[in-house]
Amino acid sequence: MNDRALMWKNLWRKPVRTILLVVSIMIAFLIFSGIISFNIAISTFNTLPTRMVTLSKVNFTQTLPIAHYERIAAMEGVAAATHMNWFGGYFQDQQSGFLPVFAVDPETYFQVYSEDLQIPAEQREAFFKDRASMLVAEPVAERYGWRIGQRIPLQSNIFTNRNSGNSTWEFTLAGTIPTPQGSSQSGSVLIHYDYYNETVTFGRDRIGWVPFLTKSADLNDQVAAAIDGRFLNSQDETSTQDEETFNKSFTAQLGNIALVVSLVVGAAFIAILLIVGTTMALAVRERTKEIGVMKTLGFSSERVLRMVLGESMLLSFLGAVLGCGAAAGLLSLASGGGGPPIYFAPIVLVYAAIIALLLGLVTGLGPALAAYRLSIIDALGRR
Amino acid sequence: MTDLFRLTDVEKSYTRGKEKISIFDKLTMRIEEGDFVAIMGPSGSGKTTLLNLLGGTDKANKGEIEFDGKRIDNLSEGQLTAWRAANVGFIFQFYNLMPILTAAQNVELPLLLTKLSPKKRRDNVATALKIVGLEDRAKHRPREMSGGQQQRIAIARAIVSDPKLLLCDEPTGDLDRTTADEILGTLQVLNRDLGKTIIMVTHDAQAAKYAKRTLHLDKGHFVESELAA
Repeated sequence: MNDRALMWKNLWRKPVRTILLVVSIMIAFLIFSGIISFNIAISTFNTLPTRMVTLSKVNFTQTLPIAHYERIAAMEGVAAATHMNWFGGYFQDQQSGFLPVFAVDPETYFQVYSEDLQIPAEQREAFFKDRASMLVAEPVAERYGWRIGQRIPLQSNIFTNRNSGNSTWEFTLAGTIPTPQGSSQSGSVLIHYDYYNETVTFGRDRIGWVPFLTKSADLNDQVAAAIDGRFLNSQDETSTQDEETFNKSFTAQLGNIALVVSLVVGAAFIAILLIVGTTMALAVRERTKEIGVMKTLGFSSERVLRMVLGESMLLSFLGAVLGCGAAAGLLSLASGGGGPPIYFAPIVLVYAAIIALLLGLVTGLGPALAAYRLSIIDALGRR
Repeated sequence: MTDLFRLTDVEKSYTRGKEKISIFDKLTMRIEEGDFVAIMGPSGSGKTTLLNLLGGTDKANKGEIEFDGKRIDNLSEGQLTAWRAANVGFIFQFYNLMPILTAAQNVELPLLLTKLSPKKRRDNVATALKIVGLEDRAKHRPREMSGGQQQRIAIARAIVSDPKLLLCDEPTGDLDRTTADEILGTLQVLNRDLGKTIIMVTHDAQAAKYAKRTLHLDKGHFVESELAA
C-alpha cells in the first residue's frame, strides 16, 4: 500500500456517490471536448493566401448572377476563378444527415482547388465528361457504401428537378476525393453546375459565390476593392474576402449556437464545481476522526493536504479521461457522415488536462486546507 | 532504570470563551523506561490532557518535557509529528481503525511513514498480527471483526513500527470484562516481554491492576501513587 492506493480507496469509500460525481464530470468533459474539436475542425481547413471569395454583400445565402463570375474571371490580377452553388442535399431521407452538395464548374474548380483534389486522372476525366456524374469525399462514399460507377439518387431540400417533377436527381459516382485532415473538400459532394442549372425550376443562372486565385497575395486588397467597386450600386453588390475570412464568416453563422453551447458548458462546469466542492468538503468532514488518527500516527499536515488534494484531482481526471474518451469515440463514429469530419484533436487533451487540474485544485483546495489545519485534539475530541 | 519521560513544572491551560481553565500548574513527574503506568482520576482531572502532552499531540504553556533525555516541548509541529511516528504507538478507546482498509492495511499505516521496502513492511505487519494473535484476520475489514479483535488490530498498528512508548486512552472502555482482560493481558505481555513502556489512562480499577503502578490524578495534581500488588 502507498499514499496513492490510500487516495484511491478513500475515493471509492461511497461508490455510488463517486460514480455519480465521475459521470457528471465526464458529461461536462464530453460536451467540452466535442465543442472544442468542432471549433478546431472548422478552423483548420486548408487555405491559400492567394485564394479569395466573392459573394453577395447581403450574406452568403443570397445568390449572384452567373455574369458576375465571368466579369470577375476577366479582371486584372485574377489568375483563375470558378463558381459554386449550394444544392442542399441528402441521400434517401433527411434523417440520414445532410450532404454538403455543391454545383460547380468542374474544370475551373479543379484549377482553383487543385491542391485538395488529388484524385486519379481517370476519375477526374470521367467526372469532366459526364455531366450527370459526381465526385464525393471518401468518408461519404464509405459511409453510404457507394461504389464508383454506381447510379445514386440525391434529393435537394431546396430545389425541384424540372425533368422528374420532384426533388430527386440521379448521379453516377465518377470518383472519390481523399480528404486528409484540414482538406477544404472534407465531406463535399461535387456535381456539375451546367446539369443542375438546366434542370432546376427556379434560381437558374444564379450562383452562390465565386472563389478565385489572385496572381499574388500582395494584390488581394487591390483586387477585392476592384471587384466590389465594379458591382457597387448594382442590384447584386458583392463582398470580396480572402478565403480564411470567408471560412470564418461562414462558420460565424454557427457562432451564436457555439456561444450558447459554450455558455451551457460553462454553467455545467460551474455547477459541477459547486457539487464536487461541496461533496469533497462533506467527504473530508465525514473523515475528521480518521484524519486526526492519521496525524496522531505521524502523517504530517502537508502529507494529509496532498492526499486530500490528490483525491479531488483523481476524481477530476477520472471524469476528464472518461469524458474525452467518450468524445473521441463518438467523434470517430460521427466523422464518416456528411459534413466536415470532426477529429478529436490532441490539443483537446491539453485543454482538458488544464481544466481538470483547475477543477481538481478548486474543488479540493478548501477541504484539503481544512484537513491541513485540523488539530488532533479537535479531530479526536480529546480535551 | 533510566527515565523515559521527565516532566518539570509543566503548566497547561485552555481558554473557553473568556474563561481560562487551568489544567496543570507546575506538574512534575517521571516515568521510567519499561514502566507500565495506569493513570486514574475523575473526569476533568487532566488525564487525557496529560496523555496529549506525553504523546506530543498538544503543547504545554510552560515547563519542560523530556523524552529519552531530549526535550520535546520545544519541537515544532513537524518535528513533533516525526517524533510521534518514530517513538509512540497510540491505542484509543474506540479503536479508530480505517473502515476502508483491511486489518493488514490498517496495521501497515504507520509503516508508510518509514522507508521500509514493501516486503519488509509486509513482514512487520505479519509479525505484529502474530503478536496479537490475529494473523488469520489480515484480510478482514474492521466491520467484519468484533470489538476485541478490532482493539487487537489497533494494538498491532501501535507496535508495528516498534516504538518505545505505547499510550493507551481507555483501551478497554468499550469492551466487556472478558475481552478487556484479554486486551490488558496482551499489553502486559508487550510490557514484560518486549520492554514497551506503557502509559494507560483508565477509569477502570480492574484494568489498572494490570499496570506496574497507578497514579491518581485530581485537579491537575498527582494525589496518590500505588504499586501493583
